[in-house]
Amino acid sequence: MADSTPSSFPGVTLACEKLERFLGEGENRIQILRQVNLELRSGCIYAVTGPSGCGKSTLLYTLGLLDREDAGEIWINGTKVSGATDGERTIIRNRNIGFVFQFHFLLPEFSALENVMLPMMKLGELTHEAMQIRANKLLDEVGLGEKSSRLANQRSGGEQQRVAIARALANQPDILLADEPTGNLDQNNSTVVIDLLCRMAREQDQTILVVTHNPAIADACDYTLPMLDGQFVPRD
Amino acid sequence: MSSNFTIGVRFLLAKRKSMLMSLAGITFGVGFFIVTQAQTSGFEGFFVKTILGTNGALRVRERIQDTLRSMSVDESGEGFQISHKEGKRYVGDVAQPELVADAIRQFGNVAGVSRVVTGSGQLVLRGQTRPVQAYGILLDDHLGVSDLSEQIVFGELSDFRRTANGVLLSRYLAERLDVGLGEKIVFRAAGKARKLTVSAIYETGVRDIDKVRLFIHLRTARSILGKPFGASFLQVSLFDNDRAPHDARRMIEVTSHHVSEWQRREKVWLDVFKILRLSSAITVSVIILISGLGMFSVLAIIVMEKTREIAILRSMGYQRGDISKIFLWQGFVITLSGTLAGWIFGFLMTLGLANLPIRIRGIFSTDRFVVNWSLSHYLTAALIAFVVVMLASYFPARRAARLEPADVIRGTSA
Repeated sequence: MADSTPSSFPGVTLACEKLERFLGEGENRIQILRQVNLELRSGCIYAVTGPSGCGKSTLLYTLGLLDREDAGEIWINGTKVSGATDGERTIIRNRNIGFVFQFHFLLPEFSALENVMLPMMKLGELTHEAMQIRANKLLDEVGLGEKSSRLANQRSGGEQQRVAIARALANQPDILLADEPTGNLDQNNSTVVIDLLCRMAREQDQTILVVTHNPAIADACDYTLPMLDGQFVPRD
Repeated sequence: MSSNFTIGVRFLLAKRKSMLMSLAGITFGVGFFIVTQAQTSGFEGFFVKTILGTNGALRVRERIQDTLRSMSVDESGEGFQISHKEGKRYVGDVAQPELVADAIRQFGNVAGVSRVVTGSGQLVLRGQTRPVQAYGILLDDHLGVSDLSEQIVFGELSDFRRTANGVLLSRYLAERLDVGLGEKIVFRAAGKARKLTVSAIYETGVRDIDKVRLFIHLRTARSILGKPFGASFLQVSLFDNDRAPHDARRMIEVTSHHVSEWQRREKVWLDVFKILRLSSAITVSVIILISGLGMFSVLAIIVMEKTREIAILRSMGYQRGDISKIFLWQGFVITLSGTLAGWIFGFLMTLGLANLPIRIRGIFSTDRFVVNWSLSHYLTAALIAFVVVMLASYFPARRAARLEPADVIRGTSA
């Protein structure tokens, strides 16, 4: 797996240094992330804001090991993961990272309960019964305890996004990465979802990084990290 | 149950119509494969049984003699001769059949030996004359090397056994001569004529045999045909008929007689059956192949439609191998279900065919379809289906595994 960390990151769950990422090929190749440095601590919620195309989502995918960096280093819980193989990165995603996307991406053939159980089934540390109990508990926490057996596509947009949050929390990850989690929701549901994320971060001591255009959501976070042209800029 | 399996099956059930089409294709392919193989190998097996039950596994004929070329060196006659082999020639009948039969019986695979004296002649009745081939046999010996007892369609062999001038006539000859059991016919050969009593009527179903062959007692044959010694050939039956070529080679070495095995004698027909079986297998395999292509397109469509789900599965920790397995499981489930359904379909069709009346005479005699119930047909059909469908599933599965989750999610982001 990856190198061991320098012990200079006490309390830091996710960090990156001089992170660079390019997209496209040949003449179309453009730099999306420019020497990005970041340290995120547990129990805190961070909002990454900025105009479309500034590299917010790419940063989130790269930090979440969905995308591979072109340069720079990433540490998760003090362990360098930037050089890890695809298999190792996938294991880290399963154990340490939860994702919430703008579109819920629930599997429509599965019930809400089963969708939440999917990451646990992959991890394979719990019995089927224990997985069901935990999934039900998570659905309870997002306010969907009584509708757990309904198919994912038989729910409203807000409910589906809450199921997606429960699914992201299934394996009790240290880090929750949310890409425009309310981008597809109305105001009411947006408030519900962001309150839920904040509560989870506090209760479970998680690090949450939210990419958003919504100033209200950014304001609800502990820290706001404005981004422009692939790098963080000081807040106005 | 693994999560990959569960996900695969749910994906598959979401494409129920296409899935059922592929399933039906595999079911029909496997079923037809089984029934065509059961039928072609059934007829082939029945043909072999008929041949073995009629002409035996081996026939020992003429003696093999090395030819000599002699050269006189000295005109006085006291010189010497140089001889060397320049080939072989076959000499007459089996001159000492008892000795050769005893030698052959020493082979562990030999089940029985029958000495046969044959000769051409004519059957004469009510002004009709038919050319025939008389087979002089010792009944008990010949029953040990043939299915003559099963081939009797009218009369009793016991009547033949106790009648010195009895004759076993084929149904074909009996019908042509309009002669029945107990009636007398005249057999003429080598300038002699003998009245024979029809003791029983047999049918091998092999037209070439039934048209000319009649069985009489060996002693009668020797007398009429003027062959007091020797035998025209020895008919040999084996415990393991597949070993006939091997035994034939060894018998040639031991007895210095020409020995022909049934595989060589019936090579033409056996080749015909082999080609029929192969061509029907190829034809029916095309159905399975087309089903495989159908499966390929179903899975390729599922992969295209499920890219977002694949990406999210990857984001939550499912490895590339897991994604591959999800699609391979789908192929496996379809193959397994199709194969099991195909087995049942093939079994029922074979059962139906086995009871279908059909009258065949010429190379054998049967009044219904002959089928061969062999597990190997079921296993071969399953193997073909598995190879084709799993191969067809492999490529979409590999494509799914190669999807980059970030690319997919980036593509669907606002």
